Amino acid sequence: MTTAAIDCDVHPQVPNLKALAPYLEPYWRDSFTERGIPGFESNSYPPNVPLSVRADFKGKDHPATDVTRLSAQVFDRLKAETAICNCLYGVELIFSEDMALAVARAVNDWIAKEWLDRDPRLRASIVVPTQNVEFAVSEIERCAQDKRFVQVVLLAMQESPLGRRHWWPIFAAAERHGLPIGIHPGSTYRHSLTSLGWPTFYLEDYVAYAQAFQSQLTSLISEGAFAKFPGLKVVLIESGVTWLPGFLWRISKFWRGVRAEVPWVDRSPAEIVRDHVRLTITPFDAPDDADTIRRIIDQLRSDELLLYASDFPHWQFDGESAMPPGLPEGLARKILVENPLATYPRLKEAVS
Amino acid sequence: MNIELRQPDVGQKTRLKVIDVDIHPKSAMEDLQPYLAKRWWDHYKTFGARTRQGFLKGFPYPKSQPFASRRDSWPPGGGLPASDLNFMKQQYLDLYPIEYAIMNPLSPTGQGDQNDEFSAAMAVAANEFQLDGWHERDGRLLASVVVPYEDGEASRAEIRRRAGDKRFAHVLLKSRTNELLGKRRYWPIYEAAVEAGLPVGIHVFGTSGRPASNTGWPSFYIEDMTEHASCCQAQVVSLILEGVFERYPDLKIVMVEAGFAWMPPLGWRMDKHWKTLKSEVPHLKRAPSEYLREHFWVSTQPMEEAEEPDHLMETMTWVGFDHIMFASDYPHWDFDDPLLALPPALDQERRSKVLSENARALYRLD
Repeated sequence: MTTAAIDCDVHPQVPNLKALAPYLEPYWRDSFTERGIPGFESNSYPPNVPLSVRADFKGKDHPATDVTRLSAQVFDRLKAETAICNCLYGVELIFSEDMALAVARAVNDWIAKEWLDRDPRLRASIVVPTQNVEFAVSEIERCAQDKRFVQVVLLAMQESPLGRRHWWPIFAAAERHGLPIGIHPGSTYRHSLTSLGWPTFYLEDYVAYAQAFQSQLTSLISEGAFAKFPGLKVVLIESGVTWLPGFLWRISKFWRGVRAEVPWVDRSPAEIVRDHVRLTITPFDAPDDADTIRRIIDQLRSDELLLYASDFPHWQFDGESAMPPGLPEGLARKILVENPLATYPRLKEAVS
Repeated sequence: MNIELRQPDVGQKTRLKVIDVDIHPKSAMEDLQPYLAKRWWDHYKTFGARTRQGFLKGFPYPKSQPFASRRDSWPPGGGLPASDLNFMKQQYLDLYPIEYAIMNPLSPTGQGDQNDEFSAAMAVAANEFQLDGWHERDGRLLASVVVPYEDGEASRAEIRRRAGDKRFAHVLLKSRTNELLGKRRYWPIYEAAVEAGLPVGIHVFGTSGRPASNTGWPSFYIEDMTEHASCCQAQVVSLILEGVFERYPDLKIVMVEAGFAWMPPLGWRMDKHWKTLKSEVPHLKRAPSEYLREHFWVSTQPMEEAEEPDHLMETMTWVGFDHIMFASDYPHWDFDDPLLALPPALDQERRSKVLSENARALYRLD
């Protein structure tokens, strides 16, 4: 692997609520203690599930709760040069809007202080309280002043699809500040994890995120978000990749049939996606053989769609490289470096 | 879009045979009345059909044309599209070399009604009328065993009632069930279907009572259509991971009107994460994609259209040319013409498999 790789998805872990205490207003700090709140970790990644932490990334405890251990793995071992932190804490699951804002602010400040300040190779996504769009916008405005925040991250399963117009102030703020919208697996748990109710197995939960990503793209396209915000970029993080071609064939065909319903969608959804949407490469949900992978890549019909990511510390690959086998050299370089740089304008800006 | 139909090329007509696995003859509630007890007819007249959605008439996401039907499919003598056998013959069954066509009635059938007993009574009536109103008048039209799928035991009883009757081709479910079809409450359906030697067809639509996506309610009909694929993905995953095919190794499932380009990547995704998480599903003896490849069939319409034709052929190869069956979806607006809809690149052998031979083998049609 080339040493300049930009890892677009690593996961610092809030070790416990106490770690956030210095970043909480006194009212909330006291309230969490008084009420005995155990923390807001999401059920999306239970810590002992094999997918949540790769065994050989573990030391004596969680490998992503402090910057030294994360950096040792992501930079020294996996040879990235820059990495974008997506902190998965259950901010978006909280039912009180006020509490959600308080925790979102604490998480973002904790990331800036405990991670970005301590390793200049790290960048981060802004965590926002999606319970209240005004609060979310205010948090984007606050954090966007710090150029080390390069993206806004939203969960894949929301109370309503992300194209819906009430979300649009978030896209306006993101566009204004040159921040892509990242969408990451995770649910706000406002609905069952499939559209047909609660699955039985964690394996089903995780597979079902591919459906949520399809639904989010369908919504963003159909509602006209990309027509309204020509500068909007959406990054599907940890989404899987191989479902995309068939999905685009389906929605583009239907668009030809019923486009009168959505007149603002003035070109094929496949074209819109190639212009506005990117996907991180891990987990690469394909068979291991290079020939099938080559065919899938060919079906994407663009060498600009994919961004390198390790998804550290999740167990998505073995060995030292998350890159699927058989990629041509030129494409590999685009995925590792050029596509991330083109997607995240703030990666190129000097950080003061 | 609405040009007058001409007789297709006769040379082609004599060479090809077509078994269509999805057409929609339309019945009216009045057609079913003779088969309903007075109690249920009165119930219907008083309370109506109560599916798990809000509108008294029509659909949550209004279609792009009336009854989602071809504008030329309204019978000249009156009535709804596909309600008049003679006009349906003229416009479809006799116009093309149709050997058999499987009827998948969508409404009124009582499927998914809030009232399970009404649903069960309606299923019996819908099945009787498929025979008397359609099959007995044209033997090419094969019936589906409509079952009140939210009630597993009542469904089993209805399948047993029809077992051995060659006029029925498969058991019919809709894709938007109230819970995932791998859940135990639905297993009596599979048990009875296997006993009766019938495949289970899962046709898109239905009202689950839940948002059409796992991220909430979309706004548009185009989303409603697109979400059928996500819904069917969840059903396939559930059926496989719950171990339905370990328990019923002879069970065959037909995904009807769901497209199929999502299917190979779904198998890859399941396999990828099964490798990591298999301790959770020790009842699975093989990789999930193997069950997918072996136990599922798909129908063509509305097949995805790739920007590059070769890509679609690759995907069809991944699905398996022996598991893809032609469907026209007559009389709906996105009808596929049996002679024109399949990719030109299909050679004669594969074309023949898709147009008739796969269905002939699966449904044991002579």
